[in-house]
Amino acid sequence: MGDAVLEISNLAKNFGALRATDGVTLDLRPGEIHALIGPNGAGKSTLIHQICGTLRQDSGTIRFAGQDIGGLGVAQRARLGLGRTFQVSSLASDFSALRNVMLAVQARRGSSFRFFKPVMRDKGLIDTAMTILERVGLAARARVPAAELSHGERRQLEIAMALALQSKAFLLDEPMAGMGPEGSKSLTRFLDTLRHEAPILLVEHDMDAVFALADRISVLVYGRIIATGTVEEIRSDPAVRTAYLGDHA
Amino acid sequence: MREAMIVNRENLINVILAGLLLAVPFAANAFGEPFYITLATRVAILALAATGLNLALGLGGLVSFGHAAFFGLGGYVAGILASHGFSGEPLLFGFSGTNQMWVIWPVAVILAGLVGLAIGAISLRTSGVYFIMITLAFAQMVYYFAVSWPAYGGEDGLSILVRNQFPGVMTMRPMSFFLICYVVLLVSVGLFALIRASRFGSALQATRQNEVRVATVGIQPYRIRLTAFVISAMMTGLAGALFADLNRFVSPSMLSWHMSGELIVLIILGGTGRLFGPLAGAALYVAFEYALGGITERWQFFLGLILLLVVLFARGGLLGLLAGRARHG
Repeated sequence: MGDAVLEISNLAKNFGALRATDGVTLDLRPGEIHALIGPNGAGKSTLIHQICGTLRQDSGTIRFAGQDIGGLGVAQRARLGLGRTFQVSSLASDFSALRNVMLAVQARRGSSFRFFKPVMRDKGLIDTAMTILERVGLAARARVPAAELSHGERRQLEIAMALALQSKAFLLDEPMAGMGPEGSKSLTRFLDTLRHEAPILLVEHDMDAVFALADRISVLVYGRIIATGTVEEIRSDPAVRTAYLGDHA
Repeated sequence: MREAMIVNRENLINVILAGLLLAVPFAANAFGEPFYITLATRVAILALAATGLNLALGLGGLVSFGHAAFFGLGGYVAGILASHGFSGEPLLFGFSGTNQMWVIWPVAVILAGLVGLAIGAISLRTSGVYFIMITLAFAQMVYYFAVSWPAYGGEDGLSILVRNQFPGVMTMRPMSFFLICYVVLLVSVGLFALIRASRFGSALQATRQNEVRVATVGIQPYRIRLTAFVISAMMTGLAGALFADLNRFVSPSMLSWHMSGELIVLIILGGTGRLFGPLAGAALYVAFEYALGGITERWQFFLGLILLLVVLFARGGLLGLLAGRARHG
């Protein structure tokens, strides 16, 4: 447990009388994909927001890369190596795919306060970004504005940006949503290789993808983790079956 | 291909605009009509002020309704330094003012930058309508301070008896003063272009498009915005110093919210975020003021109509109309 990249313990968050996060304890270990599943309204998004820093927890701790990050802002957590993608794609939509990735590359290098060298003539920046776009299969679409990319391509672009940050952990919020069967399959293959780069906390509704990818699964219901275990353990857990999986298992 | 053509067309239009602004005063000079030189100088200075605002508003999406504060501040720096230089009365630490532009400009720029830092540091904690209102409130504070401070003319303003000097240039000659303003404008527009294309410019424009995205890659939007706001204030402050010298007069009207609004109007008319948008907008504005102002006192009614048309049908302003949509690469 001591070597977990991300360690969440006893995290709690209330919205008025609603316990959105109710004593969640969860960790993410090197090399694994840890899937977080749960029915709608279980508090997955609220949990993600607290990990990323857009929401502040009421109590409990979040440790990342050996440091308590519970009090840090979004940008500071990202600088420490927390890379994320969004449930609904979030990109600089006027910028091309290439410039979006270049932004992430310059951010990782901490060089956003340079005022004179034009980025579009900055070979180092462009080449690094292109290499990453090739990895996610978007090289041919590099010059297309993000707003004109297809849904699946925007998903890929978000992952490319997380890669560009050389993240120590990935936080992927429903990457399969709206992808279609072919897209889901190729993304599943891609994520399978990604875990060796950095562990992934995967929030996902697509059970085929979750069962194919996850080393461990945690089930969140009404803000509480009701079970954590391997795919087999979760499939056979009676509480999970009644609460969530239904006929899927 | 399409991208390259649009860029080339915009460059061509930019060159034509810059050429026209230079040609008008030369023609006016040849025909012995110095009034038009003054008009062209006014265009250059307003374009410079709006270029400053364009950095915050056009690139950063920061609708500052308080840039008159920086414009007026620059103006008062020119006026106050000149008045002390003239009277020999010490101002601060035994320094008794100056009538040298090369001293006045840096003072105006640094002071506008410092005030910009203070105003920005607080205002940028808010966004949207609140940001607009808080910048307006700060500018109004500066305005009323100037109105109620009798030492430098209060409400009546302050005259600059002789236009400030620039080494080797007869600044009292309209043509020479125009050329100074023209060069300062071009240098500032060049600086704007550099910043826009730089890593900082990327981060700034991304902040406008999607603040969450910028934070998610690990850049703090607040710092980027504050830096842009300060640079923006500095440029507008410099324009103010030139404007005071053009009119040889500075008054609280330079600090009023009308001025802030005028700068925003210039940018929207010309094309938000476009390199030569402020110049196009300023030229249009001054031409309107002159052409229609001669016919009716209510020329601003017609300006309002035009602005309405631009906002409804030509969102990219004059440059958007002539050069097509802006591309970001």
